[in-house]
Amino acid sequence: MKFVEEYRDKDKVQLIVNRIREISKKEISLMEVCGGHTMAIHKFGIPALLPGNIKLHSGPGCPVCVTSTNFIDTAIEYSKNRNFIIATYGDLIRIPGSDSTLDIEKAKGANVKVVYSVLEALEIARQNRNKAVIFLGIGFETTAPISAAAIKKASNEKIDNFFLYSSHKIMPPAMAAIINEGVKINGYICPGHVSAITGSEIYNPLCDQYKVGCVISGFEPMDILQSIYMLVDQFEKDDPKVEIQYKRAVKPEGNLKAKSIMNEVFEFGNDWWRGFGEIPRSGLKLREKFFSFDARHKFPVNVQEVKEIKGCICGEILKGLKTPADCKLFRVACNPSNPLGACMVSNEGACQAFFRYGVRKNAKFEK
Amino acid sequence: MCLSIPAKVLSIEKDIARVSVGGSELSAGLHLVDDIRIGDYVLLHCGFAIQKISEENALEMLSIFNEIAQSEAGEI
Repeated sequence: MKFVEEYRDKDKVQLIVNRIREISKKEISLMEVCGGHTMAIHKFGIPALLPGNIKLHSGPGCPVCVTSTNFIDTAIEYSKNRNFIIATYGDLIRIPGSDSTLDIEKAKGANVKVVYSVLEALEIARQNRNKAVIFLGIGFETTAPISAAAIKKASNEKIDNFFLYSSHKIMPPAMAAIINEGVKINGYICPGHVSAITGSEIYNPLCDQYKVGCVISGFEPMDILQSIYMLVDQFEKDDPKVEIQYKRAVKPEGNLKAKSIMNEVFEFGNDWWRGFGEIPRSGLKLREKFFSFDARHKFPVNVQEVKEIKGCICGEILKGLKTPADCKLFRVACNPSNPLGACMVSNEGACQAFFRYGVRKNAKFEK
Repeated sequence: MCLSIPAKVLSIEKDIARVSVGGSELSAGLHLVDDIRIGDYVLLHCGFAIQKISEENALEMLSIFNEIAQSEAGEI
């Protein structure tokens, strides 16, 4: 059992596809919230397997994509201070700020370190006690507990030159915002690894209030197709509910230890999302007890007014209103070698998924 | 970003495990999980184990598919 290949069996995939085709009668719009699902769906060619009445839309679950330009501009300002070391996950360094990227600043001599784990950032802080190490904390409920664990470790071990610049966000407010903006969604393919932490109950208010089905899905082709089957089945029976397809990793109560650490370190605050603007109580800010590790409090900076890229429709793509193929910049001016918008930079952004797996406008998937 | 991959626990020292992902060895912080043993599979995310993978549930799903496949074969 490797928990990967077993879920890529061609015959079983076909079996689920046949079942979906048997039960699906009505037009249905589903949104995969998570960028990891967007990538998997296009990598495995899932839209081509589905009947034409099932539409899949990409959602806002790509942390790099929804991060504000203001956050990037602030990180770039930090990087210009030669007493600072910026530690960041790799995706973020190529995201365009108003006038620069962290990558460009690094080339000019800024001390920007790409880390795989926040534990590496802590180690950098330990070895460079005369510098302030600022870790750029992005990500949803999957990643936030990891930053929280690092803050606790820094606090316990008195690593007082480690600071978190948090742009951590939570998923449900954005999922509600999409429906409130009038985007027609009949079911959410809910993020599997967010839910491994949170459990399934975070989707209950969404399901109750908006009558939208929520199925927590794994990331292999059989997982995703089974989740689509479950959502279609709910929709055909007019019985929206919260269900877990990804049972091998998601318990209804989630990971209690991780939730407790996250709650100890963070509290909710308003946050800004690309495409949505400010969403109330959608961000995670450090609690007052940990302000001495909070880059926002220790090193406040004022950045110039944000300049957004002309013609980029990243914001509308993140809400499921448009697809990358609708963008004039797509492929020509904006591609993975020269990304203009965040959705092309991130390796789970919808634009990069469309580019990499060759999805074209008006592609006919019907067999 | 929320990408997490199944990893097999090879050894554990205090709160750090060595894990195998398709033959590559990596470190995984165990700060967010309890009761992890050598041989377990965990979900690895940004250098941390975020959840133990349940073999029981994994097998259950696959056996359902096998049953469906067999019943369909029987119908033909």
